[in-house]
Amino acid sequence: MLSFLLSRLLSTLVVVLGVVTLVFLLIHLVPGDPVQAMLGESALPADLEALRTALGLNQPLLTQWWNYMTNLLQGDLGTSLYSKEPIIDILLERLPATIELAIAGLLVAVLVALPLGSIAALRKDSIYDNGAMVFSLLGVSIPNFWMGPLLILLFSLTLGWLPVSGRDGLASLVLPALTLGTALAAILARMVRSTLLEVLGEDYIRTARAKGLRESAVVVHHALRNASLPIITVLGLQLGTLLGGAVITEIIFAWPGVGQLTIESIQRRDYPVVQACILLISLSYVLVNTLTDFVYAWLDPRVRYSGSTTD
Amino acid sequence: MFKYQIFMPLSVLIIWFMLALLGPWLPLQPNHITLQNILQPPSSSVWLGYDDLGRPILDRLIMGARTSFFVAFWVMLVSITVGTLIGTISGWIGGYVDLIIVRIMDVFLAFPGILLAIALSALLKPGIENVVFALSVVGWVGFARLARAQTLSLKHREHVLAAIALGARIPRILRYHVIPLLLAPLLIEATFGIAGVVIAEAGLSFLGLGVQPPAASWGSMIRDGKSYMLYAPHMVLAPGMALLLVVLSVNMLGDKLRDRLDVKSQS
Repeated sequence: MLSFLLSRLLSTLVVVLGVVTLVFLLIHLVPGDPVQAMLGESALPADLEALRTALGLNQPLLTQWWNYMTNLLQGDLGTSLYSKEPIIDILLERLPATIELAIAGLLVAVLVALPLGSIAALRKDSIYDNGAMVFSLLGVSIPNFWMGPLLILLFSLTLGWLPVSGRDGLASLVLPALTLGTALAAILARMVRSTLLEVLGEDYIRTARAKGLRESAVVVHHALRNASLPIITVLGLQLGTLLGGAVITEIIFAWPGVGQLTIESIQRRDYPVVQACILLISLSYVLVNTLTDFVYAWLDPRVRYSGSTTD
Repeated sequence: MFKYQIFMPLSVLIIWFMLALLGPWLPLQPNHITLQNILQPPSSSVWLGYDDLGRPILDRLIMGARTSFFVAFWVMLVSITVGTLIGTISGWIGGYVDLIIVRIMDVFLAFPGILLAIALSALLKPGIENVVFALSVVGWVGFARLARAQTLSLKHREHVLAAIALGARIPRILRYHVIPLLLAPLLIEATFGIAGVVIAEAGLSFLGLGVQPPAASWGSMIRDGKSYMLYAPHMVLAPGMALLLVVLSVNMLGDKLRDRLDVKSQS
């Protein structure tokens, strides 16, 4: 187990290093002079020079990279050009909202997908199965930036049941969570169905039924438990799509999270903040994926000893 | 198998393709502003009504079809070519080259969903070329990973070993003995890839990072309509429906294709 943990941690470290480097390089992709782009055409030469020095953009690339890395390790992400506050403070202020939304979206996905996928598998080719698969096809095909407005139109503007936007109590979380969770629910429901179908054909399920267990016990304790491994893997991988989708969902519902901050900062040309947001979201994803691998290894002893989860 | 499950999505995609291709030759006025028509609902003469600037929505929808089709086409072309090439070479050479390429792919995969595309198109100047660039930067990795995995198993197959034994050169082996065999899984991946790119392009435009006004994209049409939803729901419904139809059709065909070509799921 220890060697698995170590090798997994090492490769995570390499990926983290790569992600940080790529995000660092992003600012150099800005066509022309990035400082000019940030301050606008009418900026004074002295201001341009001051910002260039402040951001260290006049130093050699390698020095810049080294400074970026060392500052990052000390929790220093620079200051916002817009509010002049330390970026780390702004991020920490926005992070809880995004975590809340992501967990709520995940909950929606699991709570919809598990029963739906299970029923579809247990009543294969029935009307329930077909219905679940139609839901799943629609769910992956409907863009969240269309579904969100439609939900607002129905539940907020027409029925008046839920708030249109903002973050104020549990009611305001419902529509964003539904918007964010639907696509994942659709993918997951399909996965639950196919994995469960595979597991239900196993000998130990027949044994469990033969010894007279109730069908619910067979499904929950024997089938779902064994089907959980691939489902957890898909969940971990798809969490990235969820985090990416959170950016758009936060914009639709004016949800004050990191995603909204990203887009706001893009509009303000506050590139250091944009960089920091991208970094935070992708590093969270890397962290979640590594944790998923550990959970996987903990659940399935075979992984620990072969030392790999992918092959 | 139901015939309509293939026929319907195929017709939608053909219409999408035709509209995209013929758009410039149709008598459209997607940017023609008529103040007296602002937010006019659909009628028998103007099927989809007018938007907040009094522009006909049907005309803009067709121009939007053109945007999404061309973005999808170019992104898939670049992603498949670059991805297959890098993946095949990486899998074939192995060793340190493979190790480094795999690490690079891991780094690209660490950016969740369209986040990297958002970052790229935000920092580059907004516009359709940069949307294509940003989505290709994100898109090639999936194909590279798939091509690499396939190549790893293919290179030990007997027909490949025979080609090596006969002294064929590596480009020839890859061209005639490896790449043709990995086309089926790539084709399935590409189908779902199209759906992803169409949604991503509209998503970027929804965020204001895609094609710039007055050019039309289904995503920016949804964004514009959002503010008038209570008075003019057709502004949001029409482009969303178009988007859903295309993505749904692509996904349906992808499913059918996978059932047909994927040997694993048949056994």
